[in-house]
Amino acid sequence: MDTIVLLTLTGLGLAALYFLVASGLSLVFGLADVLNFAHGLFLGVGAYATWWAAGNLPGAGGDGFGFLLAVAFGVAAGTLVAVLVELVLIRPLYSRTIEQVLVTVGLSLAGVALLQATWGADARPFPRPDWTRQVTGVLGAQVPNGGLLLIIAAVVVLGAILAFLRWTRYGLVIRAGVENREMVTALGIDVRKAFTLVFAIGGAAAALAGALGGVYFGTVSPGQGGSLLIFAFIVVVIGGMGSVVGSAYAAVAVGLLQQFVNYYGTSGLGDICVVALLAVVLLLRPQGIAGKVATA
Amino acid sequence: MEPILEVENLSVRIAGLHILQGVSFTVAPTGVTVLLGRNGVGKTTTLRAIVGLTPRGGEVRGAIRMGAQSLLARPTHRLVRGGLGYVPEDRCVFAGLTVAENLRLAERRGTTPAYDKVYALFPELDRRGRQRAGSLSGGQQQMLAIGRVLLNDNRLLLVDEPTKGLAPKVVTEVAEVLERVAESVPVLLVEQNLAVVRRLARGAVVLAAGQVAWAGDAQRLLLETALTKSLLGVGSAEGHAPAASGGPAGGKDGH
Repeated sequence: MDTIVLLTLTGLGLAALYFLVASGLSLVFGLADVLNFAHGLFLGVGAYATWWAAGNLPGAGGDGFGFLLAVAFGVAAGTLVAVLVELVLIRPLYSRTIEQVLVTVGLSLAGVALLQATWGADARPFPRPDWTRQVTGVLGAQVPNGGLLLIIAAVVVLGAILAFLRWTRYGLVIRAGVENREMVTALGIDVRKAFTLVFAIGGAAAALAGALGGVYFGTVSPGQGGSLLIFAFIVVVIGGMGSVVGSAYAAVAVGLLQQFVNYYGTSGLGDICVVALLAVVLLLRPQGIAGKVATA
Repeated sequence: MEPILEVENLSVRIAGLHILQGVSFTVAPTGVTVLLGRNGVGKTTTLRAIVGLTPRGGEVRGAIRMGAQSLLARPTHRLVRGGLGYVPEDRCVFAGLTVAENLRLAERRGTTPAYDKVYALFPELDRRGRQRAGSLSGGQQQMLAIGRVLLNDNRLLLVDEPTKGLAPKVVTEVAEVLERVAESVPVLLVEQNLAVVRRLARGAVVLAAGQVAWAGDAQRLLLETALTKSLLGVGSAEGHAPAASGGPAGGKDGH
């Protein structure tokens, strides 16, 4: 029983990480039709900026309020990079899908190379509060606190995004834009501002995933964003392009499937099962769990 | 009277198809001007070109002016904020949003939305505020699409086939609403239902194969059965202009 609980909670921790990356990716694709392969870069920037801030930013550190400040710095850095990417690189290329793919793939490769050139290719130990290294007993299972932190953060982010979509003017514009972007402009709304906003939200969530992923894995490396991005894309497709709630369901399914199959089968079999799940969803429900809506 | 809109030598090419080929006409500053023609002649393309919704990669040439202002190459949201209201073909309400949210989306900062006017015209929208727009009937969706545009002041309304696919009773209701709306703002209307055209239109522009085939008084056009039949393929006593087998513009008029 305790093994099941442990696998479930660590699987949910992994799901939380996927969700944090996939939620922004999904909104960006749903609203702006941009397949952003550079999204992993925002995660990398968030992770490295948090790591850098913990050691160098006055007041920041690896514990207590200092750690919060470091994470806030990392999230701000990821958000800023996401906004700049949208304004400078993506905006001139809306409706030019091939060019977008080329630019974002190129940017993701260049971003990893830049992180490597600056801080080296090796994984670096990530500064984290002591309590995140410890475990908490849940129904007899000893669950790492780092995973629980990710779950809590993902639930908070999910609630915040849904509240934003439900209760704010820009949230309304985004929900409408995911349905019919052209009609939003035909009501006199400059939908490009909403594009920038969803990039900012996506960048912030991915950067938070980078910071908390560093806590979860204990290290940070330049390629971390890219490897998580693959599963985030799978989550987005399974959940439905543009659906934050769909991404949450899909992330849970993918995280749990991976964790259980890797444990009870052989290592790596979980990844294959995730790809099989993607294939099944594409065959049976190509629009994903939730279809193309910004909320469930 | 100076026209509210002047379209001059408008040509639109989309995906290699020359859909509009030098279209020129004007829209009167009052009442309803109707854009007629068989399916596929470029009526919707004309409206979309005026409001700046030609697909990316499409080529638009010519001149479109509202008063002294050139509309060509201006972004759609600016044209709409400048007083060009657009009610698209097939309504295009946001199905996942409630009726109230669809209306709220059309609100603009710095102006007071005319909910009183909209609810006076469409009391049903007030009652169904919390209902998802996707669950409304076709007629209710059409009223929402028109109501959404009427929340703000407009200098000209572009309305694309508002009675398409609606029951006869609802067609009458929509025509009544447009008649009332046209008392305060000029309307450029694309319409296939000749009974509605007869009721509403003062001026008429008939497109054929991407060009203006006839322009003048709408009532005179409808009185001349032979002319109506030659231009629209239907007698003026009949209800709808029929679908064409496809002209040089090619394809469905839905660009």
